[in-house]
Amino acid sequence: MLKTFRIGGIHPKEQKISAGKAIQTIALPGQVIIPLSQHIGAPCQPVVKKGDTVKVGTLIGKAVGFVSANIHSSVSGTVLKIDKALDASGYKRDAVYIKVEGDEWEASIDRSPALIKECILTPGEILQKIAAAGIVGMGGATFPTQVKLTPPPGAKPEILIINGVECEPWLTSDHQLMMEKVDEILVGVTIVMKALNVQKAIIGIENNKQDAIRLFSEKVKGYPLITIQPLKVQYPQGGEKQLIDALTGRQVGSGALPISVGAVVQNVGTLFAIYEAVQKNKPLIERVVTVTGKEVKQPCNVLSRVGIPINDLIDMAGGMPETTGKVVSGGPMMGKALPDTDIPVTKGTSGILLIPTLEAKRKAMKDCIRCAKCISICPMGLNPTLLMNLTEYEVWDRAEENHITDCIECGSCSYTCPADRPLLDYIRLGKGKVNGIIRARKN
Amino acid sequence: MSVLLTAVATLGAIGAGSAAILYMVGQRFKVEEDPRIQEVQDALPAANCGGCGFPGCASFASACVKAESMENLLCPVGGQNTMDKVAAILGRKAPVAAKKIAVVRCNGTCESRPRLNLYDGASSCTIASALYGGDTGCSFGCLGLGDCVDSCTFDAIHINPLTMLPEVVEDKCTACGACVKACPKDIIELRKQGPKSRRIYVSCVNKDKGGVAKKACDVACIGCSKCQQVCPFEAITIENNLAFIDDDKCRLCRKCVQVCPTKSILELNFPPRKETPPAPKEEEATVTA
Amino acid sequence: MVQKLIVSPSPHVHSGDTIQKNMYNVLIALIPALLVALYVFRLDALIITACSVLFCVVFEYLIVKYILKKTPNVTDGSAIITGVLLAFNVPSNLPLWILAIGCLFAIGVVKISFGGLGNNIFNPAIAGRIFLLISFPAQMTTWPAAATAVDAVSSATVLGNLKLSPEALPSLQSMFLGTEGGSLGEMSALALLLGLAYLLWKKTITWHIPISILATVALFTGALYLFDPQPLYHPLIHLFSGGLMLGAVFMATDYVTSPMTKKGMLIYGVGIGFVTVAIRLWGAYPEGVSFAILLMNALTPLINNYTSPKRFGEVVKHG
Repeated sequence: MLKTFRIGGIHPKEQKISAGKAIQTIALPGQVIIPLSQHIGAPCQPVVKKGDTVKVGTLIGKAVGFVSANIHSSVSGTVLKIDKALDASGYKRDAVYIKVEGDEWEASIDRSPALIKECILTPGEILQKIAAAGIVGMGGATFPTQVKLTPPPGAKPEILIINGVECEPWLTSDHQLMMEKVDEILVGVTIVMKALNVQKAIIGIENNKQDAIRLFSEKVKGYPLITIQPLKVQYPQGGEKQLIDALTGRQVGSGALPISVGAVVQNVGTLFAIYEAVQKNKPLIERVVTVTGKEVKQPCNVLSRVGIPINDLIDMAGGMPETTGKVVSGGPMMGKALPDTDIPVTKGTSGILLIPTLEAKRKAMKDCIRCAKCISICPMGLNPTLLMNLTEYEVWDRAEENHITDCIECGSCSYTCPADRPLLDYIRLGKGKVNGIIRARKN
Repeated sequence: MSVLLTAVATLGAIGAGSAAILYMVGQRFKVEEDPRIQEVQDALPAANCGGCGFPGCASFASACVKAESMENLLCPVGGQNTMDKVAAILGRKAPVAAKKIAVVRCNGTCESRPRLNLYDGASSCTIASALYGGDTGCSFGCLGLGDCVDSCTFDAIHINPLTMLPEVVEDKCTACGACVKACPKDIIELRKQGPKSRRIYVSCVNKDKGGVAKKACDVACIGCSKCQQVCPFEAITIENNLAFIDDDKCRLCRKCVQVCPTKSILELNFPPRKETPPAPKEEEATVTA
Repeated sequence: MVQKLIVSPSPHVHSGDTIQKNMYNVLIALIPALLVALYVFRLDALIITACSVLFCVVFEYLIVKYILKKTPNVTDGSAIITGVLLAFNVPSNLPLWILAIGCLFAIGVVKISFGGLGNNIFNPAIAGRIFLLISFPAQMTTWPAAATAVDAVSSATVLGNLKLSPEALPSLQSMFLGTEGGSLGEMSALALLLGLAYLLWKKTITWHIPISILATVALFTGALYLFDPQPLYHPLIHLFSGGLMLGAVFMATDYVTSPMTKKGMLIYGVGIGFVTVAIRLWGAYPEGVSFAILLMNALTPLINNYTSPKRFGEVVKHG
């Protein structure tokens, strides 16, 4: 009996057609556009201006406040301008336009491929390096890592959980990274364990990645404090709270953080970036992006610098199929549909999914037939159809009582509904409104 | 027969007993209330629309009685008539408020503002605007999904299917403000209705630089400030590449409408212009506000 | 050149499940019972079922199109199911005009006037059956003998005999397999259980409602049987006779009229079980399932309000 989370869950078709495709590096374009907000929290303050020369790894945006992250140039060249650009948020926000000239890197970055296992820094120094490198959660949430690794006063982390699950259909960037960079990832785990001062780490991997489970199980024999746990293939296995439930049997309470049950969760991609930042002085300037889809000619896993337009990645995968209806940044369950393909790759772009029009168009919604399937599968144990109704009629107090703020926006409810009701659209709206009311009440 | 009598007597007794209990309980738990509150409430239109800023007519009536002056108390639905009646009941004078009307400050029709993608989410402006800037190049413009229409209790605003923009029905709009609150992009504004229902306003809320705005929409305000230069009453301000006409200062002279290069300033309910020579004369209706 | 991109909030993929698929699964689950009915009652069963379905679909189409002036959607399968279930609840020799009135009531009054699929409070088939029972008691309680029975005379059902002449009860086996008389769909417990297995396998329904109803009936009558072992209290007789199996598997599990939370479903099932047994033993009617279901349908909104699903984080265990 494989471990899994206890409430709800669905099993969409896995569609991992790009699995096993070795990571390819994409050529540099003539110009990159690096948004100044690629993370949760305050956008960066630009520290370069028009005409400045930059190298790969030069700081171009400074974090503002505690919940924020630095942004570094991913190319070498000249800053063209600092202007608004459409990014994955759907709105035009400030970005740095850089004309690419050559590929010169900052001297401090160690570009050699040799594995460096030892880390002699103190926990405080490790966190400083992580913050300086602008590391954010690479699973897609983009939460500034140094904040996550700084537990609030009084909270003591007991276990580090590594998310090697990649439960979204179609995506294989984490899987491929795990196969190619297992040693670096494991060193990254030891670094974070040192920073948090924990003695136990579990890497959760979904059962459809047998090769990764075998490889990691073999490699952790050299790391007595790290264990591998295969998990049942179920969505959203990779959700932070669900993963903690599956691996430790503890459920994080409503409104609480994972640290409240002693757990800290990190994505494998983030751990790799932490290795590169701490051991090689390399800031976060590139990541693995899966380009995939039913009609994509050459689905692939691409190592892309931040700021390269998505169009270039699509060309690398054989070009945009004629029948494409939707371009999604991320996976099909929680990814964002993009209005055009000039939008650049950012730290949180885990995949580009091209969906044909016939599948992309939603069907007309019908009245709720009270089949209660959405309630059965909700991994947070909520009542989605009731929450949608309460949001439509703006009954905010009852929405709050029914824990609308606990929704993790996984999309399982809309996926399941036989009446094609846009449950998550409304619940997201209601969640925002209720959170606003709660904030106003506190002030 | 006796069965009938017994039945009638028993039920009658139960009925009378219940009535007595209800009466006594009613008297015991009676809430003492200023009788004027009920009088004022009766004078109100009973629409319970919230346009006054209070949750319902009873609440507004109570606020009127308790307030010391009639300043800042206005029932937009009932208008001046109703406020005079309320003031009379309370032995005060109601201030004269200018009649307002909702104004939709976007003229980006399907023709002027090309659609660049297809929105397929739930039919709600709030949901769409949380997702992205909309299906056109202007991320400030109207999305046409009708949150304003859903919020109106007076049937005074409808989406025109040809332009995909909301249109206000003048004689039904009570300026209650529901549509202003419902619009997630702050496109709708309550402005003075103006004499003979005439008003002039900048029908755009786009704050992008002029070039970007014009590329997205033919009739966008590009912030060129020609209107500001020509206005004899200093009623126009330009901020964030967007012009705004202050309706307290505007005298409806229409000079700004003529000079706007993108036809972004609209004039409503004016008589058609005669063909004038380049230097416009001022004998056309210059009405005081 | 690619056409305009579609933009919508997540998720961007759907399970493909539709209302229609679920309804057709229910119809497939009803096939074993239909086959038994055809075997026992031959042509009459076919006529009643076909006509019932036809009446329901036609009435829904006409009412929605000409009275409500909306686009009818009869292919979603719900009218067909109402037709089949109503047919299964009536004797096979019911005059067709009475059946038509029942269908009109079930679709027009119970379903459409309450708001159509998703908004009705009462199960249309059950309410239709009760309406016919009360309006045409004689025709609704005179069953023809089974075509397989030795005596080709109209006979009473097992439940009828349970109260009046307990010595005339058939064997449990024949009740289980379905060779005794009764309404069309009430015949074979085995056929209905096959249907239940299919629905559970396809995840169309969950076990909570049917099992809680059957368990309550079995335990309630079983407890009484322990005190006083007469046929009137025999649990298996109660489980296999009358409309209980049909009601528990197909009528009480109707999505729209049953509670949505697991806790609620259990409360609902237990309630139906109790009321069914109470009416069967101490009420004026021989069969209590229909009224029990109708009563609990009325309580469903209340049950929905007061029960909520098990929330994540409510039970915090330490592993």
